[in-house]
Amino acid sequence: MPTVIFQLPDGTERKVTAASGTALMQAAVSNGVPGIVAECGGNASCATCHVYVDAAQSGLAGPPNDVEDEMLDFTAAERRPTSRLSCQIHLSDALDGLVVHVPEEQV
Amino acid sequence: MTSMAGVVVVGGGQAAFSVVSTLRASGYAAPVTVFAAEPHLPYQRPPLSKKAHTEPEGLRVELVPESFYRERNIDLRLGDDVVALDTAAATVVTRTGARVPYAHLVLATGARNRPLPVPGAELDGVHALRSLDDALTIGRALTTARDVVVVGGGFIGLELARVALARGARVTVVELADRLLSRAVSRELELPLRERHEHAGVRVLTGTGVRALEGPGRVDRVVTDREVLAADLVVYGIGAIPRDDLAREAGLAVDDGVVVDEQLRSVTDPRISAVGDCARHPHPHAEGLVRLESVQNAIDQGTLVGRRIAGSPASYESLPWFWSDQGDLRLQIAGLRSPADEVRLVPGDSPERLAGYAFRDGLLVAVETLNWPAEHLAARRLLERRTPVLAGDLAGTTLGALARARRAAEVRA
Repeated sequence: MPTVIFQLPDGTERKVTAASGTALMQAAVSNGVPGIVAECGGNASCATCHVYVDAAQSGLAGPPNDVEDEMLDFTAAERRPTSRLSCQIHLSDALDGLVVHVPEEQV
Repeated sequence: MTSMAGVVVVGGGQAAFSVVSTLRASGYAAPVTVFAAEPHLPYQRPPLSKKAHTEPEGLRVELVPESFYRERNIDLRLGDDVVALDTAAATVVTRTGARVPYAHLVLATGARNRPLPVPGAELDGVHALRSLDDALTIGRALTTARDVVVVGGGFIGLELARVALARGARVTVVELADRLLSRAVSRELELPLRERHEHAGVRVLTGTGVRALEGPGRVDRVVTDREVLAADLVVYGIGAIPRDDLAREAGLAVDDGVVVDEQLRSVTDPRISAVGDCARHPHPHAEGLVRLESVQNAIDQGTLVGRRIAGSPASYESLPWFWSDQGDLRLQIAGLRSPADEVRLVPGDSPERLAGYAFRDGLLVAVETLNWPAEHLAARRLLERRTPVLAGDLAGTTLGALARARRAAEVRA
């Protein structure tokens, strides 16, 4: 089972392990990671599960899909080149050790 | 442990969760007790009508695991309920007769389904959807159902209609009003939406009342004003009624919901707040008081009350937004439209996308979109910042393009 690390705005980090196939958003919510709001429950409808993939790993999670790419222009926190919606990242062994940064605001 | 009275929350849904998680995140240290009538951990409701039926076994809807509450010393009383308020003594009375004092009481009791007021509504095979258990029951029924009649053409009815269709059933939607979604979307957007449902294979009967459900113990037909429909499953979604009985019986002001002020405090008793579907409140985007049924409203109101009790008061002014997934249709609404507003329908950059811009006195007040989440988000950003958008600003362009241009201009400035 892959483990991912959420870096929180307060400087702390949360390690979460979840089954392959689980959406990164769901892994965060199920483990009570603060700052991943996910108002829509994971349907790419609300852009409140925004994360920044660690710059050193930007290739690992791949690029956003088309709809996600459009939506990322309107996240509450600024869009960066590494921005993704965590409901659109599905965990796999290839993502073991992924580090993502949780933005200051989502809503 | 302290013996001082803390916060008591009545209700175990999204709004209740939002209150208690915010309290602890804001450093509130006194006791927090949640009375959740259902036996389940607080869960998300939006997926229940959208995907519970297609993946009932794999459904994961709980908001956070049990450990979340334990680690934060939140006393979560599942399957327990508050049956009375003693506002003079600042105490709630539980079903088991226990009396629990509070410094602050938050009513997050939600809403119940409006019952179907026709003969036969109690037959087997007739279901409403509100709880997780309802969703699982309907999901199982859809395994064998061939002829599904959906009573009510609102969000829940249309979501269920498309779920049933995807499960291979023949589906008829029966709606009393002369159109679908009459409370939620403009007539302009309703027309193409209805066409798409019909094109997908849903039969839609508007302006049609249901007179009776009939069958030998189990429903097998629906008698309407127009015709008799075969049915082995009937699901209905004809609106909700706020659960405000506790407040009414305790003598608090109630008017289709607990009447609260701009900080969501009962206008009768400032030690009591109401949040989510059960609250009727002032809102800067509305004239008069409103009661909103949406997950956004539940989350934002819970957050506001949690912060206020923890010491940071504010007025409630979150931009209302709503969404509904109906098969391949993603309907999203930002802002509050009034029936008198002028709606301009604008096609998107691909055939499945559509937006309706609602103007009041020439100013954009609400945006409805089909299958266009980026345009919805752009609307939210512009409307919540109260950036004026005039009808003329949207000539030949989209809100998304406008928002990007304005953002770029801000960055340059």
